[in-house]
Amino acid sequence: MRRPLLLLALGLALLPIAAAGQPAGEGGRPVVVASKPFGESYLLAEMFAQLLEARGIPVERRPGLGATEVAFGALRSGAVDVYPEYTGTGLLAVLGEAPVNDPREAYRRVAREFERRWGAHWLPPLGFENTYAIAVRRETAERLGLRTLSDLARAGPGLRAGFTPDFIGRDDGLPGLQRAYGFRPREVRALSQAVKYQALASGAVDVIDGYSTDGAIARYGLVVLEDDRRFFPPYEAAALVGSRLWRESPAAVAALTELSGRLDEARMRALNRRVEVEGEEIPRVAADALRDLGLVGGEAAGAQGAGRGGAGSFPAYLWERRATLLPLALRHLLLVGVSLAAAVAVAVPLGLALERVRGGAAEAAVRAVGLLQVVPSIALLAFMIPLLGIGVVPALVALFLYSLYPIVRNTYTGVRDASPEATGAALALGMTPGQVLRYVRLPLAAPLILAGVRTAAVMNVGTATLAAFIGAGGLGDPIAAGLALSDARMILSGAVPAALLALAVDGVLGGVERWVRPRGYEAGRAES
Amino acid sequence: MADLSAPALEAVEVRKRFGAVEALRGVSLRVERGECVALVGESGSGKSTLLRCFNRLVEPDGGTVRVEGEDVRTLVPVALRRRMGYVPQDGGLLPHWTVLRNAGMVPWLRGDRDSAARAGEALALVGLPAERFGGRYPRELSGGQRQRAAIARALASRPSLVLLDEPFGALDAITRTELQDAYGTLRRELGIATVLVTHDLHEAVLLADRVAVLRRGRVEQVAPPAELLAEPATAYVRELLRRARVETA
Repeated sequence: MRRPLLLLALGLALLPIAAAGQPAGEGGRPVVVASKPFGESYLLAEMFAQLLEARGIPVERRPGLGATEVAFGALRSGAVDVYPEYTGTGLLAVLGEAPVNDPREAYRRVAREFERRWGAHWLPPLGFENTYAIAVRRETAERLGLRTLSDLARAGPGLRAGFTPDFIGRDDGLPGLQRAYGFRPREVRALSQAVKYQALASGAVDVIDGYSTDGAIARYGLVVLEDDRRFFPPYEAAALVGSRLWRESPAAVAALTELSGRLDEARMRALNRRVEVEGEEIPRVAADALRDLGLVGGEAAGAQGAGRGGAGSFPAYLWERRATLLPLALRHLLLVGVSLAAAVAVAVPLGLALERVRGGAAEAAVRAVGLLQVVPSIALLAFMIPLLGIGVVPALVALFLYSLYPIVRNTYTGVRDASPEATGAALALGMTPGQVLRYVRLPLAAPLILAGVRTAAVMNVGTATLAAFIGAGGLGDPIAAGLALSDARMILSGAVPAALLALAVDGVLGGVERWVRPRGYEAGRAES
Repeated sequence: MADLSAPALEAVEVRKRFGAVEALRGVSLRVERGECVALVGESGSGKSTLLRCFNRLVEPDGGTVRVEGEDVRTLVPVALRRRMGYVPQDGGLLPHWTVLRNAGMVPWLRGDRDSAARAGEALALVGLPAERFGGRYPRELSGGQRQRAAIARALASRPSLVLLDEPFGALDAITRTELQDAYGTLRRELGIATVLVTHDLHEAVLLADRVAVLRRGRVEQVAPPAELLAEPATAYVRELLRRARVETA
């Protein structure tokens, strides 16, 4: 069981390495196109990908990468060749510089600095400006007479704000807003990109930050307040190209540059609306957009289905997407299975070795392994990028690290605390320490060790959904995309199978646990 | 090779210190072949530590321990332990092994091919016929039956020496008396030299040929029970005897 899985993982691990030798584009390695996890980014990335394919350049899609640090980290390390980025994000979040009011100047600044520091290139902007948009419900705007941000500042003390952590931290975000307008809301909650619109629509908060081109603004009938003091600097979207693609594939760079200057704000908002409001499939919207711009041929590409949000029950929706979901579920199972098998192979011997050592040093070592558990999953995944790039390998390593603690802890504790009466008598009657371990401690600890494996496995199924943020696939893909597009059914199409998978894994390991439990051993102890 | 004329066990000026605590301050004791010697004393008197010196679960800091004439330091600990029976207070049966497998543990460790037969004989001796009890697990036995199984395990390889560490301490009064009688008979029939650690003076007097009273790591008196009762050598022994009588009155 373990061997084929390991071989498979090894094969998957070697794929990108084997491919890395060839130049990108020209009939060799595919160009890796990535996006960040929100609607506009997905759509732009899909347009990049289709445009490259139309020019005969093979493409590999890695949509929905974590956030700026994940996506840009991947680009910098060469794991990603191109993704859509915003000059303002590059300036503030990556370079850590102050906001610049002139969009042209902002572009010049990031273009120069990114090339100098990392050899990364900003292609000429796509043509639309995007900036923060502070939005409220129509009902709130009418009740309080809100039209501008100055109006908002006056009404501030009565309002609850829900802002993205990004916005709360950025100098051109909340701190600047407070300085420029004296805006002091009653409370500020950190909300993720994915839930802020629903939180506003449902009345959980009264004001949020969005982007001026967000389709969700129309979807929820929100009012964007006018920036009457011109505080938010406008920024431009552009394709950000990694150094290797720039060097190796002028054809790919040329193809991507065809989009420069072609997408104005009105067009972008309309396209976003189709994705985020009408719920149309992204490949279809991207194909239509490229055709309308005259960048690809006349026939309607990828027009197999209508909107995502079609009628029908949830099971029917799942069934309809089985061709997509089944490989994702298998990938998910592979991530969990391989990382868990490796963790068992390392953690059980480690737990046994520590039990030999005992005392403070052993306990300290177990705690050190436990510290890994405290590192937030997404942060651990992000740390992996400079070392291992993106995709399956860093995800496996992260899941492996997360699986260690429950298994080490239960092995160490189980073996150490195995019936002191029985181990003492076995030793006194002439068993060697090795025999005590093999015939007494290990069998008595087996249920506890298995319980640790089971805990790790179920946690792993859950954590593996986050692997989508570093492009490892699995059932996290529809979850991340659904979150970005506020599509509950898409989220559930990943979350429900993941939950079922967790139950199945738990059930199977529960059976194994009953099987290894020594007969005659009290159930009460084995359960603890 | 073991010296046939030598005593079964011999401790000469044995000393042991655990950190700041002097557990044994120069203890000397002989146990003749086939003899049962009880080690009596309060908690911390050193009686269990002395017992553990005999099978090298404790290594003395000074003095000499001999088993059938051989200095234990010249023997491999594991081999030494397989020569002696051992019964702890809680029995210490392996919970995941059947009674038969438990009883046959030492013969099995010694590589005897007939360990099951040895186990069966030993179980018969302690009144747990293998046909009825051999296939059960320890938790399916009563406390007294578990202790009987533990004694069977100690006897299965027919040792000439058995160490008992408060083996009847956790049993109810009636079961305790039954097991004390049963062991007393067995060890006489089989001629087994026994060291019995107990805090129960009545048990010591009932089972032992000689009683050694320990106090704070020293031997206060070693004597046959009748002599101990008639002529307590120290005030401490007298007090111990007085309290034991008071408690049973």
